Amino acid sequence: MTALPATSEAGARVPMGASLRPLLRLVIPALLVVGAYAFMGPEQFVNAMTRGAIYALIALGYTMVYGIIELINFAHGDMFMMGAFVSLTFLGQILGLTGSITEIAKLAPLLVAAFFISMIVMGAVGVTIERLAYKPLRAAPRLAPLITAIGVSFILQNIVMLKYGPYQTNSPKIFPSVDIVIGTAKIPALSLFIIVVAVVMMIALQLFIGRTRLGRAMRSTAADRDAAQLMGVNINRTIAITFLIGAALAGAAGVVNGLQYGVSRFDDGFQAGLKAFTAAVLGGIGNTVGAALGGFIIGFIEVGATVMGFSRWGPAIVFGTLVIVLVFRPSGLLGQQLGERA
Amino acid sequence: MTAPTTVATDVVLKLTNVHSYYGAIHALRGIDIEVPRGEIVTLIGANGAGKTTTLRTISGLLHPREGSVEFNGQDISRVPAHELVVKGIGHAPEGRRIFSRLTIYENLLMGGFTRSKDENTEQVERVYELFPRLRERHAQKGGTLSGGEQQMLAIGRALMTRPDVLLLDEPSLGLAPILVQQIFGIIREINASGMTILLVEQNALQALSVANRGYVLQTGEVVLSGSSRDLRENEMVRKAYLGED
Ligand SMILES: Nc1ncnc2c1ncn2[C@@H]1O[C@H](COP(=O)(O)OP(=O)(O)O)[C@@H](O)[C@H]1O
Ligand SMILES: [Mg+2]
Repeated sequence: MTALPATSEAGARVPMGASLRPLLRLVIPALLVVGAYAFMGPEQFVNAMTRGAIYALIALGYTMVYGIIELINFAHGDMFMMGAFVSLTFLGQILGLTGSITEIAKLAPLLVAAFFISMIVMGAVGVTIERLAYKPLRAAPRLAPLITAIGVSFILQNIVMLKYGPYQTNSPKIFPSVDIVIGTAKIPALSLFIIVVAVVMMIALQLFIGRTRLGRAMRSTAADRDAAQLMGVNINRTIAITFLIGAALAGAAGVVNGLQYGVSRFDDGFQAGLKAFTAAVLGGIGNTVGAALGGFIIGFIEVGATVMGFSRWGPAIVFGTLVIVLVFRPSGLLGQQLGERA
Repeated sequence: MTAPTTVATDVVLKLTNVHSYYGAIHALRGIDIEVPRGEIVTLIGANGAGKTTTLRTISGLLHPREGSVEFNGQDISRVPAHELVVKGIGHAPEGRRIFSRLTIYENLLMGGFTRSKDENTEQVERVYELFPRLRERHAQKGGTLSGGEQQMLAIGRALMTRPDVLLLDEPSLGLAPILVQQIFGIIREINASGMTILLVEQNALQALSVANRGYVLQTGEVVLSGSSRDLRENEMVRKAYLGED
């Protein structure tokens, strides 16, 4: 129920010098980041951050929805995929763009429009799905909405496959492939753009949850739905807004993915969704900061595996890490944040 | 403001033939209750009699399948809970249900969710006057409070909604005798300031000593009602609820 998980009590069980613990909390992650940087070099480091940012954006939707209605929304990965298709439809098929746009004065409004449209469309799709598929099942046993979510996932994939076919569709890479040279390292400007966009969205989300009236509505609904209603919180609207935000962030991740990889396919949401879900669980499902952290960790594991020459082992290492973390910290790295009962 | 018609009726809450269900479970079987303005009315009865369900049906957490709930002369049986908060129904639910990870102050502000900042500043002050203990511990997390403090917070949080009628569900449950006295003292005090109160209690003796009138519930039905005095003298009540024989 707090805005920041720094107050998470999950770790308080382990006895340890009171003064040592907060220090270790800072030092260990800092060492890991520095170590990763030294090991991978700046280019792969940024690459890992970029991938991580995409996973993190998707993971936020999983964790928010779980936090508020305890549903693992299996269709969420497909929201990401659809977001990519909305973006490529807008940029490629409606505007007819194919290549990069070097003029900033032209590029900037196009990017803004792509994000805006994809986030709005996916937000609307998310709210509609909640209303039609999940809301009627709110009082049903947990398994019912879970299976419904799998069904929704199939429906979304099939809608896209019927319209765009079972193959890859090109997504215009409108962002110019310019490198920023730092010392001997060449960092793609697009990577920096993606990281900045993702981090800005995450900070905005955090402020929204922590500081606004709607954020308070979300946190109280997550903590105790009945109590929230007795405070005057409209829980139906609050749950809808949670879906709206989660889906809009998935839409943004889809846009980013299109810019970065240039192609999309109807089943892209499966793999990405699985990894983002892993990220959410890794960070502590229900915890928005945890989801962001988990996303970046998975980005680093994947790229790290590639650097070491085990790229084909990437998924195995990702899930292996998840298992190990859950053995030692069953509620994830940062524990629950949104939904803890009185 | 012109005088509302509700003043004339002077009944804040009126339940007529209310039937409520949990799925197939028929929890309320035709309940009739009236709560006059300015009074304390108590619902007593054994565990599982339907007291909590009655309060949940009034505050809109549950909607009756049959019958009507009128609040200030208006049928509210289909109005969602969050709208009833604005209309003036404050409910301190069974088990307190305070937000354990928020501080006392933040919990109170949650109670003022539908109110303006200025209104809340003023009302928090009133709640702190009523419960000095809450002021002392205002920065403490709800989850770390004692049972008595949590109950004070639950009542204070309900008062933050600035209700017309206050529903209290077993405020004395699990409290040490001295705290029970204190809570009932506060209930009297709140009522003395003009608040209408519907009080659910298993502690029938205490409840009947503060209330103007009471209803006895048994398996979802009202089996007896009357002034507190009459109920205290009643043979059946004495045996079943006051532990006398
Ligand atoms: N959430 C629920 N689901 C199913 N049955 C319930 C639920 N809550 C209460 N009941 C049933 O409804 C009846 C009335 O319960 P309740 O109103 O809680 O009684 P009281 O508050 O008087 O102890 C009981 O038989 C109880 O078992
Ligand atoms: Mg009860």
